[in-house]
Amino acid sequence: MNELVFFINNVVISGTVAGSIYAIGAIGITLVFSIMRFAHFAHADLMTFGALMVLMFTSLFPGSGALLGIPTPLLMLPLGMAMTAFLAIGIDRTFYKPMREHGVKPIVIVIASLGVTLMLQGLIRLFAGTGSRSMYVGESKGIYRLELPFELASRPIVITEPQITLILFTLVAVIGLHLFMHRTRTGKAMRAMSDNPDLARVSGINTDKVVMVTWILAGCLAAAAGTFLSMDVSLTPDLSFHLLLPIFAAAIVGGVGHPYGAIAGGFLVGFAETLSVFNWAVLLRPIRHWFPEWVEIPRTLALVGTEYKIVVPFFILVVVLVWRPTGIFKGKVI
Amino acid sequence: MSLLNATQVQGGYGGMNILKGVDMAIDKEDIGVIVGPNGAGKSTMLKAIFGLVQVTDGDILLRGESIRNRQPNELVHLGMGFIPQEKNIFPSMTVEENLEMGAYIKPRTTARMLEKIYSFFPDLKQKRKQPSGELSGGQRQMVAMGRALMTEPTLLLLDEPTAGLSPLYMQEIFDRIVEINKAGVGILMVEQNAKQALAIATKGFVLASGQNLFTDTGEKLLNDPDVAKSFLGG
Amino acid sequence: MLANILNKFPENFPLRELVVAGLVFLAVLLVLISQGSAYGVRMLVEASCYAIIALGLTIQWGYGGQFNAGVMGFVALGGFCAMLFSVPVNDAFWSTDLPGELGRAFVWLIAGVLLVVAVSQLHRFGLSKRLRTVLTIIVALITWMVVKSVFAPVTSAIENQAGFIGGLGLPAWIGWLVGGLLAGLVGYFIGHICLGLRSDYLAIATLGIAEIIKAFLKNEDWLTRGTATVSPLPWPTPGPAELGFVLSRSIYLAVTAVMIVAIFFLLQRAYHAPWGRMIRAIRDNEIAAQAMGKDVNKRRLEVFVFGCVLIGIGGGALTTFNGIFDAQGYLPLNHTFLVLVMVILGGPGNNLGTILGALLVYIIWVMSEPLALYVMHLYADVAGSLFGWEAPANLSSRALQARVFVIGLLITLVLRYAPKGLMPEKLTHEKG
Repeated sequence: MNELVFFINNVVISGTVAGSIYAIGAIGITLVFSIMRFAHFAHADLMTFGALMVLMFTSLFPGSGALLGIPTPLLMLPLGMAMTAFLAIGIDRTFYKPMREHGVKPIVIVIASLGVTLMLQGLIRLFAGTGSRSMYVGESKGIYRLELPFELASRPIVITEPQITLILFTLVAVIGLHLFMHRTRTGKAMRAMSDNPDLARVSGINTDKVVMVTWILAGCLAAAAGTFLSMDVSLTPDLSFHLLLPIFAAAIVGGVGHPYGAIAGGFLVGFAETLSVFNWAVLLRPIRHWFPEWVEIPRTLALVGTEYKIVVPFFILVVVLVWRPTGIFKGKVI
Repeated sequence: MSLLNATQVQGGYGGMNILKGVDMAIDKEDIGVIVGPNGAGKSTMLKAIFGLVQVTDGDILLRGESIRNRQPNELVHLGMGFIPQEKNIFPSMTVEENLEMGAYIKPRTTARMLEKIYSFFPDLKQKRKQPSGELSGGQRQMVAMGRALMTEPTLLLLDEPTAGLSPLYMQEIFDRIVEINKAGVGILMVEQNAKQALAIATKGFVLASGQNLFTDTGEKLLNDPDVAKSFLGG
Repeated sequence: MLANILNKFPENFPLRELVVAGLVFLAVLLVLISQGSAYGVRMLVEASCYAIIALGLTIQWGYGGQFNAGVMGFVALGGFCAMLFSVPVNDAFWSTDLPGELGRAFVWLIAGVLLVVAVSQLHRFGLSKRLRTVLTIIVALITWMVVKSVFAPVTSAIENQAGFIGGLGLPAWIGWLVGGLLAGLVGYFIGHICLGLRSDYLAIATLGIAEIIKAFLKNEDWLTRGTATVSPLPWPTPGPAELGFVLSRSIYLAVTAVMIVAIFFLLQRAYHAPWGRMIRAIRDNEIAAQAMGKDVNKRRLEVFVFGCVLIGIGGGALTTFNGIFDAQGYLPLNHTFLVLVMVILGGPGNNLGTILGALLVYIIWVMSEPLALYVMHLYADVAGSLFGWEAPANLSSRALQARVFVIGLLITLVLRYAPKGLMPEKLTHEKG
């Protein structure tokens, strides 16, 4: 039974957490892609920036979350989201919009977004240093240990407070996004613009406003994902670096321009990662007696070592590009 | 004062003038039809009126006010509607959502206009929850026309509304256009099916290499031997 | 006033080229005088290696409009081959029976690959495609685990008994060439998958493969000594121990300079040849080129692979000159984005512009380090009291971050205000 608990802790929970983070990130990428038609490389840095802003407000008002009975970073999340959305709009106005209006090829804007990535990384490290920090200032992270009511399971299922909030947030965000895209005028305008930008313009849809709303959504989601991830582990400037490939893989697997695809892609990549680095020997050992004598179960039996975790999203990306470049849910942009 | 009055319009893409001085005037009760050989600048003229092509010289007046090089969404506010030739629907959105997008600038009138459009195109009411990309060509054209009518425009521009449709649907679309015109909407359209289009036209404009060749009522153009010889193929 | 003077020159007078070249010459002279000739020549050699790399990227971006965001990976591959071929033979490895075991492991690997390929072709024998796919995946997974378990004891034995497999003791230039070929091979793999799709996908894929190459070189200790690094790397020319720094580096510089000249003339010829015209036609109007019956994807793949080969060769030359193979020393900032700045600032598609851009940008890059440090000290004095977040002890690492910012800003500004670079590609209108 302990082996099963180990599996739940290391695959089910970790996979859900990684999947949620990737899904939220990939939604942002896919929204920007479908409205502005370019791969926004600086998206992962918006995540780091958002988390950093939350940390800044948390250290300015430490312990203020206790008033509401929630961790302070969670209380400060809306502020971080606002700052990140603001930054995203600012970046668009300064760098991407002039290029878009100049009619450059999308790939040039992609390079510009890499330039923005470097600028953000430079600034973040310049002001916050390169070390890792805890998002909890003078508080402690809530960790829940669920004891299982079985005799053989002596180990508990472990889940942390930020993990639970993240999963809840993902649920709320997905439902909220769905309602926004299908019930509100602006949301429908976003879908219209992603469907047919020229017709959207001809219909009198204010495309500038749609672009702005897209950045607000992308910025808010990025800030939330970055904050939850940093709360769960810790905030390092390298955060964005490790997220970039998985969230792009997730967006492309799901079909670029397809928010639900991005969610599915995020969980696919998240679970693929955790399943690949999971040590399957742990699960095989209890059923040792089913195998013939000569079979020897090695000490570690993982598909790839943790040092090669990055190979997993890349592999998925390559498989999808070869097998079905439009993604599982047939994206709009190839 | 005409509803639309374009004088000596020049313009085109990236500094290349396709239009070399085109005149055009349309009134509220008119159905204007632009015909002409390929490359004559028919669609370019329509797009120039709707601010989608840079106008370098000449002027375009809507009810006496210059709308030269205005942004399309401003023109929608001024009561113009435009139906592009291709890609004139939002394929992943339902029929109703397509129509709602048409009324984007007038959200208050949406419900009332939806009723009106549905009574005008009963087919669309049946399919209103269906993604418009799944409809047939003629139904898509109706969605496109419905979308443009949602703002209650006074002038409707159509770029080859019958392109790629079967003759049956073609006649239906032309009938609809006449009905729309009778309801008080000025029409200006580009058509390849010149004979059928000129038959319903009150004004016909024959363009060739970016200039007016003939301008007259549709009927006269149809019966003009010069027009017939040079363009309508006898 | 200035415009008047400029207008007096005949139209085809290479004024721009002369000004940029003069600027580069002046910068080189300044460095030589202020920092001494040993330092100056070292910088020039490094800059010339970067110029080779930049030429590879200018083919991809300038000629082909393809954005390679993983130059670092191809540079590292070149460096790895340079190391593998030039480092002396490791007797501690070859005198044992480990080479035989390693060979056997490779036989397993080849057999495994053949098996998976064979299974993936089963549909030719009447198996349904779905079943074949499932079978292929299962067989591939099992084969992968088996091959992994065959390799694991061998590689750890190598690490324990011999450190790493050592080199081949051959001249470094063979390593450079093989490095170029290896980089080209990886480029072929990536390009084959991505070049038919949106250009963004190539950027994402190259970014990913670069990180994977780096992770591989960093973690396979039996092959590269991993984080322990391999040094010294023998030069193909007499080393500093024999001739002193200035002379030996000058000879090395002569070698790289000859390489640049050779590549430059090769590229100039290719650019004006029908092949080059076709490439540019594809870049400028893909649909028209396709309509003319050009095999667009094949030409694109040629461009991409050729660029990767040059990047690999340049990476080999750079690593050999540095004298140390350190997988962690390959950084996206230095080996991808700096090269990108060289190309877009120098003039994408303009070979001379790219070479001059590489020299100029590298000199500024190297010289900006002390400058950045100075600015950082200033910042520490002023802002340290304001923020007080972290003791300003790690100023040099923060100075590096300031340069990260500047590189990013430079990329976006050049793209927005001077997208054609200092020396724009000259569009010749061929007559007839």
